[in-house]
Amino acid sequence: MRILNNEQITNGIGRRLLTNKFTKVILFIATLFSLVVLAVLMYRIMNQGLPKLNLDFLTKFASRRPANAGISGALVGSIWLMIVVVPFSMVIGVGTAIYLEEYAKKNWFTSFIQVNIQNLAGVPSIVFGLLGLTIFVRAMDLDRSILAAGLTMSLLVMPVIVVSAQEALKAVPRQLGEASYGLGATKWQTIKNIILPAAIPGILTGSILAISRAIGETAPLIVVGALAFVNFYPSSIMDSFTVIPIQIYNWTTRPQIEFQEVAAAGIIVLLVFLIIMNSIAIIIRNKFNKRY
Amino acid sequence: MKKIKVLSFLLIITSLLVFTAACGDKKEENKGSEEKLSGEVISDGSSTVFPIMEAVSEEYALVQPDVQAPVGSSGTGGGFKKFVKGETDISNASREIKEEEATLAKEGGVEYLELELAYDGLTVAVSKENDWAKDITIDELKKLWIEDGTVKKWSDIRPEWPKEEVKFYSPGTDSGTYDYFNEIVLEDQQMNKKTTLSEDDNVLVSGVAGDKYSIGFFGYAYYAENKDKLTSLKINGVEPTNETIESGKYTPLSRPLFIYVNKASLKDKPQVRDYVKFTLENAGELAEEVGYVKLPDEKYTEQLELIK
Repeated sequence: MRILNNEQITNGIGRRLLTNKFTKVILFIATLFSLVVLAVLMYRIMNQGLPKLNLDFLTKFASRRPANAGISGALVGSIWLMIVVVPFSMVIGVGTAIYLEEYAKKNWFTSFIQVNIQNLAGVPSIVFGLLGLTIFVRAMDLDRSILAAGLTMSLLVMPVIVVSAQEALKAVPRQLGEASYGLGATKWQTIKNIILPAAIPGILTGSILAISRAIGETAPLIVVGALAFVNFYPSSIMDSFTVIPIQIYNWTTRPQIEFQEVAAAGIIVLLVFLIIMNSIAIIIRNKFNKRY
Repeated sequence: MKKIKVLSFLLIITSLLVFTAACGDKKEENKGSEEKLSGEVISDGSSTVFPIMEAVSEEYALVQPDVQAPVGSSGTGGGFKKFVKGETDISNASREIKEEEATLAKEGGVEYLELELAYDGLTVAVSKENDWAKDITIDELKKLWIEDGTVKKWSDIRPEWPKEEVKFYSPGTDSGTYDYFNEIVLEDQQMNKKTTLSEDDNVLVSGVAGDKYSIGFFGYAYYAENKDKLTSLKINGVEPTNETIESGKYTPLSRPLFIYVNKASLKDKPQVRDYVKFTLENAGELAEEVGYVKLPDEKYTEQLELIK
């Protein structure tokens, strides 16, 4: 008996091959589309911004004169913001994920919380801004400080971190945990020594994406009172501040054409900032990837 | 794992330190002979007034380097929301405070002082390619901008103009510029529904410049920077220029720009008093530099009396 039926194989082979080619082309065009848009964008930004980009630009404060304008205040502000956002959102987000995934009983209440967290990930950022203004700025009296803004941004990115961390924890092979229990380890020991290290690459990937969002956000920060012109460096998390995207937006709305170039240079700085953050995370991720 | 945590934390900290160190050269020149002040002056509000206050803060830092005077840009309305709660010392505004805002300020126990900084001439502009429209009256603007259910053609205004549909561009409804146009032209009636609204005036400029049959309005500075692409329309026969705006001939579309100062801050915080004084002394020159029109000199002197 022949397993393969030649007739079935050749049946409509021409059409099927054509469909195959067609799909390939369509998918290629889809990829190309975003690449071309990205390339055009990059070309424009580089073209406009690179001539402005020098050490002066990185070390000077904003100015009404385009030639003197620099991004240092915003850059340091963004770094300060990240110092608050990264630990807060990661510790609370990953903690929530571990609890929901490993400890919580699987009942209707847990799935109710689950659904709500997923919905939160889709809430417009400005809503988080209003929440931050009411709770952190006014009720907790943190004023228009880096801390208030950082907590607001942490809330904004946390749902994404929780959901992606849960997925990462789920993806760890069950046998690893079972083996650990078999050797007499407690739940926490198993999580700490086996599951979490194995899940770290996945957790970091999700967190990187989430935190990158926080770096580029402006709307909630404006609501909680980030400023547009700051000519000093914040000296603590209670100081007022500005961040790179606000500074860029501010420059793009100026009437003077020269400010558009300054804005483009600001965008390059923002991109480099993102790349550095992501690279650090990727390095850590790769290190843990070799675990199993 | 611990090592990695420490490592990443150190990385962030060092990058921060490197930057702070690299940016550590502080302006040492201390021109002012007055006493050295410190503390914070917080102002927020109109994005139209922002460039003036940015310039003021920039210059003030050279005189009083220890006073921190950051400037926010959350819009006239957004600024007042914080001001009436006493969260800011100064609120920048491209229109007068509204009645409901004044009521809120009273409830919040905030007494304030209104000071004029400069003029902005609201400019009605068309594309350079538009070779028919050179001037327009306020009544014609009303006819054009107020929604009455019909499709507006240029020929509806004056029969000799082309029979082409008009494309409208306007600043967003949150801006003081919109509020001012609403007050003078629309008088609270619905603006043409096909209008393209944008919070970014540069979007309006490129929209108007790129379309032969378009019309739009924005602050004078945006016109002044784009004279090669735009034609400004004379309003009731008067062209917007620095002279006509300062002298008050360019009416009714020239408007004053304000700062509102919290009286309590003015009294209790010496740095706020000094900053406001500095603002009034320099606003004219700095306003011109960023594209606005200064007030007549005596206006600044009069207002300086108010804060003494």
